[in-house]
Amino acid sequence: MATKPKGAKKAPSKASKAELLEFYRAMLLIRRFEEKAGQLYGMGKIAGFCHLYIGQEAVVTGMQACLKDGDQVITGYRDHGHMLACGLDPKGVMAELTGRSGGLSKGKGGSMHMFSREKNFFGGHGIVGAQVPLGTGLAFANKYKGGDNVSLAYFGDGAANQGQVYESFNMASLWDLPVVYVIENNQYAMGTSVARASAEVELYKRGISFEIEGEAVDGMDVLAVKEAGEKAVKYARSGKGPYILEMKTYRYRGHSMSDPAKYRKREEVDDIRTHHDPIEGLKGQIIEAGHATEDELKNIDKEIKGIVKDAADFSLESPEPDASELWTDVLREVEGV
Amino acid sequence: MSVDILMPALSPTMEEGTLSKWLKKEGDKIASGDIIAEIETDKATMEVEAVDEGVLAKILVAEGTEGVKVNAVIAVLAEDGEDAGDVKPKSNGAAAPAKSDAEPVAKEEKPEPKADAEAAPAAPVLSDPSIPEGTSFTDTTVRDALRDAMAEEMRRDETVFVMGEEVAEYQGAYKVTRELLQEFGARRVVDTPITEHGFAGLGVGAAFGGLKPIVEFMTFNFAMQAIDQIINSAAKTLYMSGGQMGCSIVFRGPNGAASRVGAQHSQDYASWYGHVPGLKVIAPYDAADAKGLLKAAIRDPNPVVFLEHELLYGTSFPVPDLDDHILPIGKAAVKRTGTDVTLVGYSRMVGFALQAADELAEQGISAEVIDLRSIRPLDTATVIESVKKTNRLVTCEEGWRFMGIGAEICASVVSDAFDYLDAPPARVHQKDVPLPYAANLEAMSLPGVADIVAAARKVCYVDQE
Repeated sequence: MATKPKGAKKAPSKASKAELLEFYRAMLLIRRFEEKAGQLYGMGKIAGFCHLYIGQEAVVTGMQACLKDGDQVITGYRDHGHMLACGLDPKGVMAELTGRSGGLSKGKGGSMHMFSREKNFFGGHGIVGAQVPLGTGLAFANKYKGGDNVSLAYFGDGAANQGQVYESFNMASLWDLPVVYVIENNQYAMGTSVARASAEVELYKRGISFEIEGEAVDGMDVLAVKEAGEKAVKYARSGKGPYILEMKTYRYRGHSMSDPAKYRKREEVDDIRTHHDPIEGLKGQIIEAGHATEDELKNIDKEIKGIVKDAADFSLESPEPDASELWTDVLREVEGV
Repeated sequence: MSVDILMPALSPTMEEGTLSKWLKKEGDKIASGDIIAEIETDKATMEVEAVDEGVLAKILVAEGTEGVKVNAVIAVLAEDGEDAGDVKPKSNGAAAPAKSDAEPVAKEEKPEPKADAEAAPAAPVLSDPSIPEGTSFTDTTVRDALRDAMAEEMRRDETVFVMGEEVAEYQGAYKVTRELLQEFGARRVVDTPITEHGFAGLGVGAAFGGLKPIVEFMTFNFAMQAIDQIINSAAKTLYMSGGQMGCSIVFRGPNGAASRVGAQHSQDYASWYGHVPGLKVIAPYDAADAKGLLKAAIRDPNPVVFLEHELLYGTSFPVPDLDDHILPIGKAAVKRTGTDVTLVGYSRMVGFALQAADELAEQGISAEVIDLRSIRPLDTATVIESVKKTNRLVTCEEGWRFMGIGAEICASVVSDAFDYLDAPPARVHQKDVPLPYAANLEAMSLPGVADIVAAARKVCYVDQE
């Protein structure tokens, strides 16, 4: 649950109009994209597992604003939002969901397995928690090369109970690796609430025995995310080692498309939606500050709808991968040995 | 423009369902995210959320209807400013599935199944680079050959580093990384905590980040803790990323039986890793191959599992005095030529096969010995070539027979050289039990020279059972 009480008045934001509107646009793109993905799944155009990010948009949007060129992002299987935040083409993401040649992985990865060297997005990993040592390894490479780049390793409250997460914490702290661990605590690991799975439910404290600083953040408030993110990223970038941010957030949809979500009450979801929605919250702030009118925001909505529609159209028009693709990309060619 | 609301698929397997309840009625205003209906699938009752906003103009499938096909139009939504009375479904009738807008194109163009449906693009024929005439050789232990290979590659490429338990200050649990710390420093020779799963994953991440890690497992038995990262992260990511995210990394360490260390420390993982596309797997026997192949593994742009043998570390073999002795991965070596039976092995079993060949020669049987060197790719061409000459085959492995390397070789030979076989192939292997500790039982369990001699005599029909 979000840490801020319902309807709390926020202090006037220091963020500029341009930044607020950019956050609004970025979060809305994720929301509309995910709604469309859910719809295409319902139509049978997207298959397999499909984990939607609706409700958690503020987390990636705020964190991405803290990064600079060369910083890396890695996450688990609920990854569509992270890719859009990293600036990946919505067409390529959607076409990967539909398994077409125009997809980011040429249709060979699917929802959980997309990557972009160009945008420094390192996946998209389907094994719960596996991205944590991988992200720690990216930080190891950053330090080895001597630059000041930072990696962000996102994982959920479920992954927070995997042993390899703590193996990673230990090495990252031992070697002062520049990694920020972003725990997206959306309250449920599939159908199991945090309280039913975790002896210590305050997940930001999980780094204490490794001497890693951690703090809890209202993950439904993009500005709070950005503020905490900047502090954490600065800390890691300055060579002090890893940092843990626990984002208190919430997913509106089921764990995956086939989850009837019977482990929580409809009222709980409705309450968060009504009182803590990250997009509605920001919208209110923008209007209150006089940065834009309802109508101006509607124009952004329209523009985003157009982008998502184009992505959906592309994802249905793009052909399936050529049969020859079955055999490619298993191994890289060896050159000049 | 009106919007059709379709019967959604709510699980990967759902084809139809029951529209159990409408939660909105005709004329209701609907916002994106509203729950409009409940649907019973084969697994559960699910809520259907509206994606678009507007007014629910028409309900086309009454609640309680069973067997509603996925993608059938169940209702129509009128958008802003539209007259709800005028809207009609755009798709064909409620009962029929909506026509899909883009049928998958390749459906009808399935490639004709070939005789061998598994035939990947043909591998190039490899051969060892010839060693220049007059090259001198130095007797070197396998341990030092491996060490030299790492040192040479670390001198050559700044991005190569080695990490693992006790690799630096302790100088290696088996002294394979001896003196690397002194030459390259703690930045490139990294002692890890005892945390196989973690440091294997960290290594793969570092490889994604552009480095070339050599990850040492104190033994491959401990790599079981890390096998998820080796297979799911290292081996599969290139494919899953459509070729973007390769991973140049070597996982190395001793594999197979040691001496009286019991079941958990004595296992041959060749067939485990050999099973996985996206990996290369090497298991050398002598010091020259260990050096040439480890250098190739470090330079390879792919994840390589490099299986060493503890009981060979101290054995010396001649290694050519060359500045850059490097061998192609995927090429078997004929270690001894013969005419009556082909003995195929890898790692320590090659030594046993060579000894067996000596004994067989005394008995008048001429054995050809092939060292596979590489498990994946597997050089079946060299084996088949040999079997075409000898017409008899014995496979030798330290691992269990069931689903083993021998099984794979036998299947290939039976498939490609059936008419050349004069006897059913025989397999030499560990007994199908966890390795016992007691000296006598351990000796009975592990395959050795006598087993190979007996198998060879059998396939030559010298001994009839």
